[in-house]
Amino acid sequence: MALSGIQIYKLLPQTNCKECGFPTCLAFSMKLAAKQVELSACPYVSEASKKQLAESSAPPVRLITLKANGAEIKAGNEVCMFRHEKTFYNKPGLFIRVKASDPDLAAKVTKADAYKVNYVGMDFTVDGFAVEADGDLTAAVKAIRAVSKRPLILISTDAAALDSALGLLAGEQTLIYAADSSNYEALADTAKKHKAALVVKGDSLDALADLTPKVQAKGVEDMVLDLGGKNLGEWLTRSTQARRLALKSNFKPLGYPTIFFAAQNGVEKEAVYAAQAISKYAGFVILDTFAPEMIYPLLVLRENIYTDPQKPIQVTPGIYEINSPKPESPVLITTNFSITYFSVANEVEGSGLPAWLVVTDAEGMSVLTAWAAGKFDAERIAKAVKGFDVASKVSKKRIVLPGHVAVLSGELEEELSDWEIRVGPREAVDLPAFMKQALN
Amino acid sequence: MPIEIPKDKWPGKIQSVTIGAAAAEGGTRTKSITIGGQTCMPYLHYEAPMPNRPVIAIEIKSRKPDDWSSLLAEVWGDAMNDPAQWAKKAEEAGADLLVLALTLADSPEDAVKAVKAVLGASGLPLVVWGPGQAEKDNELLVPVAEAAKGEKLVLGICEDKNYRTIVATAMANGHLVQARTPMDVNLSKQLNILISDMGMPHDRIIMDPTTGALGYGIEYGYSVMERLRLAALQGDTMTQQPMMVTPGFEAWKTKESKVGEGVPESWGDWKARAINWETLTAIALVESGADIVVLRHPESVKRVSEAIGELISV
Repeated sequence: MALSGIQIYKLLPQTNCKECGFPTCLAFSMKLAAKQVELSACPYVSEASKKQLAESSAPPVRLITLKANGAEIKAGNEVCMFRHEKTFYNKPGLFIRVKASDPDLAAKVTKADAYKVNYVGMDFTVDGFAVEADGDLTAAVKAIRAVSKRPLILISTDAAALDSALGLLAGEQTLIYAADSSNYEALADTAKKHKAALVVKGDSLDALADLTPKVQAKGVEDMVLDLGGKNLGEWLTRSTQARRLALKSNFKPLGYPTIFFAAQNGVEKEAVYAAQAISKYAGFVILDTFAPEMIYPLLVLRENIYTDPQKPIQVTPGIYEINSPKPESPVLITTNFSITYFSVANEVEGSGLPAWLVVTDAEGMSVLTAWAAGKFDAERIAKAVKGFDVASKVSKKRIVLPGHVAVLSGELEEELSDWEIRVGPREAVDLPAFMKQALN
Repeated sequence: MPIEIPKDKWPGKIQSVTIGAAAAEGGTRTKSITIGGQTCMPYLHYEAPMPNRPVIAIEIKSRKPDDWSSLLAEVWGDAMNDPAQWAKKAEEAGADLLVLALTLADSPEDAVKAVKAVLGASGLPLVVWGPGQAEKDNELLVPVAEAAKGEKLVLGICEDKNYRTIVATAMANGHLVQARTPMDVNLSKQLNILISDMGMPHDRIIMDPTTGALGYGIEYGYSVMERLRLAALQGDTMTQQPMMVTPGFEAWKTKESKVGEGVPESWGDWKARAINWETLTAIALVESGADIVVLRHPESVKRVSEAIGELISV
């Protein structure tokens, strides 16, 4: 049974040494109770306490890290069923499946490895590769390691082939796919030897819960679950049940992240399958198709779902060009809350009218919220206009304020005495009409 | 040893709402559609059966829109010039119901004509949207509601500034309303209360909590829908309306869907990307509790429909 923060505190050294990163032992014990840190962060806890705390301090969904020399990706450590309850922490890794027998293997990996796409100032990539051992696995791993430094998943049940391939990956954390009730002993030995994580596969949650303690008894702690399931509905049920058992019942045998093959029922369903997996708790998602037109929306979906609801996505403050503005084009002001920025940018872009959009640093808040919080005032706007040197880009020194902060116009005239201040509409949707009618 | 699966038992139930009336019920629809009625979070069949599946509406317009993506113009072709033709094609594309969006250019006569043409061309239940400006909405939706009395249309889009006339005419003529609020649990609840206070029965209100497209705020809509559904199941009667959202409208506004040239190469093929944008926006919302998703491209309709089929048939 999970212990409360106070119960945990009694088992800690109570020296407030701060080495765990928290100011007091009590603060650390509260975090332990909330399953947001690992006990190993405390260097001085006694063996007796450690044993007692082991159960309660382990996160309900074990943290699994896949690692190579160039990158790492984590799964697990999640604490809620719905993102608004707290947040989802570790974004599911997107892995591209490649075949060892593919003569174009190196070229395919090179291309996918180099893929990079920018979304609101962040660069996204794929996370690694899943290698299907339908040919010489060791040769394939060697070929991949010549062109990519991303983590790997090895798809094979041949312990000898895995042993040889993993020999090339010393110092990395690789994932083996997959052990079932017939082969887990040999695969667990291989995983243990190479400190690899192991996928455990079963055709029901009961079968999985039966198998994971056996693999653990063989000395493998890092496991990932393949939940099976014949279609979207069945997988959703299993994924929800496994997560609930881990979080609500503290049921250890299913307290591991999951892996999901998005193309299992055909590549035409791959994007939809992956989208559900991303929204509904998968730890690793395997794609058969490397297609930017699918990867990009999936990466964006993953970012959106895993955004901390307390900390909205921000746009980098600066001056943004919309529809190739000229010196005489209008200057519009807004905040750096991503949704605010997108609403404004989309409306103006859709209208075809050129404009300079000055995004001020309002700490990621919308216009009204930021204004109310004192993060979007005349001083900040003036600072942005001066700081981004807007004057050097335009011939007409005129800026348009969002209608919601019309009240700032007087103050802003003082701050920016050589600028004309105009009050625009309250809603972004009315901007194109305003620009056509009022700004000529 | 079989595992004991934790199950939630909720006191609340989502309101069942029926759209469209067949001849026996005083309309001319070939079938009606019922949504809602759930007693658990989406698709958790092991907790409770799902009485009604989510449905897909296709959005068509009374006049050919000049601001829609050329990818949509390509797939609907000349039918876009004629709402009746467009309605037929939308029905063939697999729509469960239709949304007819009126425009600012329509006169009341035009609007009535377009609605009648669509009702004549397709037997599917129909949602009619005003052009989105309060006065014009009232000017068009009142004669439409009267002309289609008894059809059990859904009239929209009611917002806080603009619900009274639409609700009144819907009540007088046996229709339903779509109540939209901007991505906020309390605002949704409040508008449901205001509309209920006018005397509109709960089985004729569908709430539209608004969504953003993928990459453009979908996470807000997604979480607001999950929170509304949880509140409803916990027994808050003013959040128990079924939910309708417009991923098609939102997704086709984005640059990712609209623009084929001058975008980063890492965005990939335009058409496939645009359809993925609409489809994935819709799927995320279907997962978070949508009962009606309004789409624009037939390929998205096909893919979302297949996904819903898999989600309800466990």
